[in-house]
Amino acid sequence: MTVAVQRLTNAQELAALREELRARRAKEERVVSVCTGTGCMGKGSAALLAALDLAAREVAAEGRVFKVRPSGCHGLCEHGPIVVIEPEGTFYQNVTEADVPELVRESVLGDRVVERLLYKDPATGQVCRTADAVPFYRRQMRVVLRHNGLIDPESIEDYIVVGGYEALAKVLTQMTPDEVIEEVIRSGLRGRGGGGFPTGRKWRSCRAAHGEPKYIIANGDEGDPGAFMDRSIMEGNPHSVIEGLIIGAYAVGAAEGFIYVRNEYPLAVRRLKHALQQAREYGLLGEDILGSGFSFDVHINRGGGAFVCGESTALMASLEGKPGEPRAKYVHTVESGLWQKPTNLNNVETFANVPVIITRGADWFASIGTEGSKGTKVFSLTGKVCNTGLVEVPMGITLREIVFDIGGGIPGGKKFKAVQTGGPSGGCIPAQYLDTRVDFDELTRLGSMMGSGGLIVMDEDTCMVNVARYFTEFLQQESCGKCTPCREGLAQMLAILTRITRGEGREEDVGLLLEICDWLECAALCGLGNTACNPVRSTIRYFRDEYEAHIRDRRCPAKECKGLFVYDIVAETCKGCGLCRKKCPVGAIAGERRKPHSLDRSKCTLCGACFEVCPFGAVVKV
Amino acid sequence: MSDIPQFVDRVIREYRGRVGFLIPMMQDIQAEYGFLPREALEHLASRLSIPLSQVYSVATFYASFRLAPKGKHVITLCMGTVCYLKGAKAINDRIRETLGVEAGQTTADGLFTYQPVNCVGMCALAPVLLIDEKHFSKVTPEQVSEILADYARREQVA
Repeated sequence: MTVAVQRLTNAQELAALREELRARRAKEERVVSVCTGTGCMGKGSAALLAALDLAAREVAAEGRVFKVRPSGCHGLCEHGPIVVIEPEGTFYQNVTEADVPELVRESVLGDRVVERLLYKDPATGQVCRTADAVPFYRRQMRVVLRHNGLIDPESIEDYIVVGGYEALAKVLTQMTPDEVIEEVIRSGLRGRGGGGFPTGRKWRSCRAAHGEPKYIIANGDEGDPGAFMDRSIMEGNPHSVIEGLIIGAYAVGAAEGFIYVRNEYPLAVRRLKHALQQAREYGLLGEDILGSGFSFDVHINRGGGAFVCGESTALMASLEGKPGEPRAKYVHTVESGLWQKPTNLNNVETFANVPVIITRGADWFASIGTEGSKGTKVFSLTGKVCNTGLVEVPMGITLREIVFDIGGGIPGGKKFKAVQTGGPSGGCIPAQYLDTRVDFDELTRLGSMMGSGGLIVMDEDTCMVNVARYFTEFLQQESCGKCTPCREGLAQMLAILTRITRGEGREEDVGLLLEICDWLECAALCGLGNTACNPVRSTIRYFRDEYEAHIRDRRCPAKECKGLFVYDIVAETCKGCGLCRKKCPVGAIAGERRKPHSLDRSKCTLCGACFEVCPFGAVVKV
Repeated sequence: MSDIPQFVDRVIREYRGRVGFLIPMMQDIQAEYGFLPREALEHLASRLSIPLSQVYSVATFYASFRLAPKGKHVITLCMGTVCYLKGAKAINDRIRETLGVEAGQTTADGLFTYQPVNCVGMCALAPVLLIDEKHFSKVTPEQVSEILADYARREQVA
């Protein structure tokens, strides 16, 4: 049920609306919140939502009422779809459509708990009734994501109930632009898109820059593979980005803004568009916002599928309708950016931090984190880790806490090898640095970087040379081709890495790679080119022995590079089921039924079909 | 499907003729026709008073634009880091072998267009394959063969 939209003309009306909505919400008995984040949607939460809606209508006919609410990402994607029953906060995981009748009968209409759908800690066997009890959440600190699971991303009223647009009202009625900038500087907020530049200082430079009009841009072109933080923020709480953007516009003096969203994120585009429309209807965006005399509006632009457009000058070229090629930044974009006008660009997560800094104050924000990095950081924790998902932690937490306490460690009893941070331009950090405190400066010191927040865990089966090759191939394909070091350097690096992974590496290859790295670092035009050497440099720094094994011994220690290991059948484990014999395309496997089989290496083409098909793990790589 | 110049004019009006919105305009045109017809690009360039070469440079720079019609179904394979670590390369090989196409190409029967992408941001479900809007999570090469065969079979019946 929605009330007729009233255009708010001052801050008091916003506060009154919030009170009215809160009073109305207080009467709601039970709310079933269903995660509609990307992970859960992929696992069927749309059908689940429909089934719950139907159930709600059925019981409504009998006079029993409960509300079904779609919510943003809860983070524990590995165990999705996630359903939370409020106000108790009962946390259900891996819920399917088939569970709906029992769930509604027992836990929604009744006061019982459906135990089989609760999360069970694999380490202790303990059953967790609420999210707070789940180890994945216990070590987290949710600031940016604090409302993600609580509100319907398509409802501005939900956002207002939890205090949304309170910061905007405060800024417009009680603060001058300079005071806003001062507050953000004092908070110590640094850019969450990768660079880590102090946000307030950037705003101050843009405000001071000569030229009108000024523009402000939210960068949601999350191009790092293995990263979905920005996506979850835009999809889960679009208003938090918009509110931060409006506050930023007020601070720097911009009248027009853009949110640049990745092409692969259609749901984020839809939710942002919807949110912008609502904000306009409520008088929170557009002409004369909340009667303050300040006017500002926002466009949404979808990217075209080019990684380089995450770079600020390339993104601005794209907004001008040109190919996304970066330019040298002798003149900063805050002086001369979009259409040669002063332009302030921040990442969407940076903007999402702004409202809470305003409402809770810079001192509160600065009390979280480390000396040089304040607040929290959202990471997407992925790869060879038990609890894949979206996590938010205070700066200064150790990598070990993230990977093992929150992430639950490595599945299948495998050994941790490295964690890759910072996307394709980041680096791999090995086990001996697991106790490093995560902040901008520490990660850079280790030869990696914070980047936008992808954390990809790698286990003993991951070949680090192949990882370097993968990232280099990615960067080579995405290089815009404007400057020679990046275009040619990456192509040569890829050729060298490819021959190493094929067992054709040469003695001088590692030295050659490092030399090209130096050239990229000092001579490439943009930040992406400068940092493109990180994957190669960091893997050579920490895993040089793996490079040498490939080159000197023609052996892949992780047994991933084809041709640099062989297959064998362990007689003790083999049950003689015959699956591998039937699968082998060249007849290299022989053996009688129910008796251990054997593999003839002279015939084997190393296709790996036997390895994949064996249900007992008897086929091994040696 | 509407008359091309007419549709392009409508798109231009929607963005009030601002050249900065060239990419969104081209995205709308592609959404309508499935690709960027030459006629549409020529009309767009002349109406916006920009050289066709600029429109063409944008069309060829960004991976999401296509200059040829797409197949009935678009197969999107995520090649992001996590999917790669969890076996996307073998799936890529299987799709290319099964369909006889390379990245960006369409099968001769016009049924499938194959497009690997950098990351779809669904790392918890890796490796991820999409056919049109439908997700297939944690897929194996074997499953991919079955899925493709299933789509092809349904087309024969239809």
